[in-house]
Amino acid sequence: MSQTDHAHAAESHGHIHRDDIGSKMGMWLFLFTELLLFGGMFLIYAVYRYQYPDQFHIAGMELDTGIGTLNTIILLTSSLTVALSIAALQRKNKFLSVVLLLITIVLAFSFMINKYFEWGVKFEHGLYPGSETLLGKPNGEILFFGLYFIMTGLHGLHVVIGIIFLSIILAMIIKDKITFDNYVKLENSGLYWHLVDLIWIFLFPLFYLIQ
Amino acid sequence: MANGAAAVAEKTFYEEGTSSRKGILGWLLSTDHKRIGLLYLGAVGSFFIVGVILGILMRLELIAPGKTIMEPQTYNAVFTLHGVIMIFLFIIPGIPAVFGNFFLPLQLGAKDVAFPRLNLLSWYIYIIGAILVLISLVLPGGPLDTGWTFYIPYSVRTGANVSLAIFAAFVLGFSSILTGLNFITTVHRMRAPGMGFFKMPLFVWATYATAWIQVIATPIIGITILLVILERVFGVGIFDPALGGDPILYQHLFWIYSHPAVYIMILPAMGVVSEIIPTFARRTIFGYKAIAISSLAIAFVGYLVWAHHMFVSGLSDTSAMIFSLLTFIVALPSGVKIFNWVATMYKGSIDPKPPFIWVMVFIFLFSIGGLTGLVLGSLATDVHLHDTYFVVAHFHYVMFGGTGTIFFAALFYWYPKMFGKMYSIKWANIAAALFFVAFNALYFPKFIMGYMGMPRRYYDYLPEFADLQLISTIGSWLMGITMIIIFWNLIHALLKGPKSKENPWGGVTLEWHTSSPPPLENFHVIPTVTHEPYDFSQLKEMKNYESD
Repeated sequence: MSQTDHAHAAESHGHIHRDDIGSKMGMWLFLFTELLLFGGMFLIYAVYRYQYPDQFHIAGMELDTGIGTLNTIILLTSSLTVALSIAALQRKNKFLSVVLLLITIVLAFSFMINKYFEWGVKFEHGLYPGSETLLGKPNGEILFFGLYFIMTGLHGLHVVIGIIFLSIILAMIIKDKITFDNYVKLENSGLYWHLVDLIWIFLFPLFYLIQ
Repeated sequence: MANGAAAVAEKTFYEEGTSSRKGILGWLLSTDHKRIGLLYLGAVGSFFIVGVILGILMRLELIAPGKTIMEPQTYNAVFTLHGVIMIFLFIIPGIPAVFGNFFLPLQLGAKDVAFPRLNLLSWYIYIIGAILVLISLVLPGGPLDTGWTFYIPYSVRTGANVSLAIFAAFVLGFSSILTGLNFITTVHRMRAPGMGFFKMPLFVWATYATAWIQVIATPIIGITILLVILERVFGVGIFDPALGGDPILYQHLFWIYSHPAVYIMILPAMGVVSEIIPTFARRTIFGYKAIAISSLAIAFVGYLVWAHHMFVSGLSDTSAMIFSLLTFIVALPSGVKIFNWVATMYKGSIDPKPPFIWVMVFIFLFSIGGLTGLVLGSLATDVHLHDTYFVVAHFHYVMFGGTGTIFFAALFYWYPKMFGKMYSIKWANIAAALFFVAFNALYFPKFIMGYMGMPRRYYDYLPEFADLQLISTIGSWLMGITMIIIFWNLIHALLKGPKSKENPWGGVTLEWHTSSPPPLENFHVIPTVTHEPYDFSQLKEMKNYESD
């Protein structure tokens, strides 16, 4: 942080000082913990895929690649719009920034709606942990669907948290609490959103593509 | 920072808070790292007392074979609760959250931590976690009875309230992660002008290494705990052999966190030792860089040894040998520290005040704990000693004899700085001596019993263990008396003790350069660091130090 920044912050905020680089460092550390959280799941996936390759293959055929692809496109687009929203705010275009962020949130919602229908179909077919249909299948398929629900569920939870964060940020931009010269909170939410996207990019091939 | 010109009123952080609120709300809503440190001290200290009482009850049950005061199921709940409280609510947050919060910014010459509001949030998350533990005790199903390791399959099959209790551990982990990332950012961004990484006090180095472990290891226990809950609620099958899962996988995931976590517990304590020894030996620390780097080395190697908890769970011989070797390697950086501390004292002008005496107790007890760790790390002996009292004794020598002892050493060392009052030196010394006797009476017999084959966590035992169990129980009473003396001494000092000198021990790290207790923003003028951290030639220039 430069000297002028420091002096400015000391005057306007008193006890709590402003350090944008520090904030981003904290956010990166947090993202690191998120990666490790999912890392545990990816490890378990690897262990059981290695143990039951054939049954994972058969179970994977049950998943709808079309809806998975659609959701991948949706998330990738939303990652782009949140990045553009930051760029717009940096260029002092508050209106465009708000619109782009709004699009991001709408895309996130549509991801969740797709997920709802996708899960719904699985429930209809009786494919959920503890169901009789599933318990009648071989062990590898039981584990595949267990992991599928846990990992996409945990990811979905992160999408929901992302929607909440982005909405708060949206309100703060509208109220001018986040501006072109103080946008680190928007940047940090963007980083979080990219992580949610990144994790999906690994989940998508592991569950939907490599059959 | 050129705010030195602005005249600051001589108010301590007790008199001036971060918000205009007065009284209890001024504390509960304060973002001042010193107040948050004291909030943690209150919470952590209270849970410690609960843990001690549970421990004494356990020992009382074991005073004679057969039933003494409680049913077997109650005993299971008591030892589980003792473990959960002591580990998740006392030792893990103990030194980093209490002394780290209070002294990390002070030692760095900063006004506060990098994220003060996040810091307060961490305290609240800690309290929520603690409340969840308490709620799980009274809900139908009964208190957790799995032991603090929550091993599968028992933790999935027992009717006790496992889900809520381990969810509490998840919440507490979240608090730990936030504290960790706060401290890392603070160390990188908030050092005073002139303070390079190799001018930081060693407590800062140790806390920094700890913070990295907190950030890197804790998420793994988070996901593992979530999986156990999902397993209980939905029966997913990941840990259930009937559905193709593997219970051993749980042990791996659990220890990948929980072994590094023992370094979360011990590293800050080692940092405190590196502060106290130079101050009371009046000599700069021997091997500063070696001690600083060894903290990081312990943090790193500590990740690669988890499976030494699982030597008898069907690990292949090759991996068992590799993990055994790696376990021995962790002893190297620990040894580097011990030898450097002892070398610091050589030809020093030693002033055996209470903090120093507590550190001597630590070195003795921790050495026994560390060396018996090597016995357990060797494959052949571990097969014999696994899950016996030997492990319990080893664990208490390193954790209670190590971290617990240093928690008191740190309290006695920084008490005048935190509260501006002085406790009774005589009673602090008596407590240290009594602690030493009580500790060895309480835990040393467990080495012998473990060697003879007494399994841990058992409610009953064979008659040949009766004498040693009795000695151990008498030790627990002495320990209880020691704790009463310590708490009485400190609380009495707080209420009626004499005002302390500004710098009673002649410390030279930055926290001793400001007044005691410090003002709200720690320093009237942000200091510029020109000296090495333990350069005692500064004492002559320091106005607040009067030698006796």
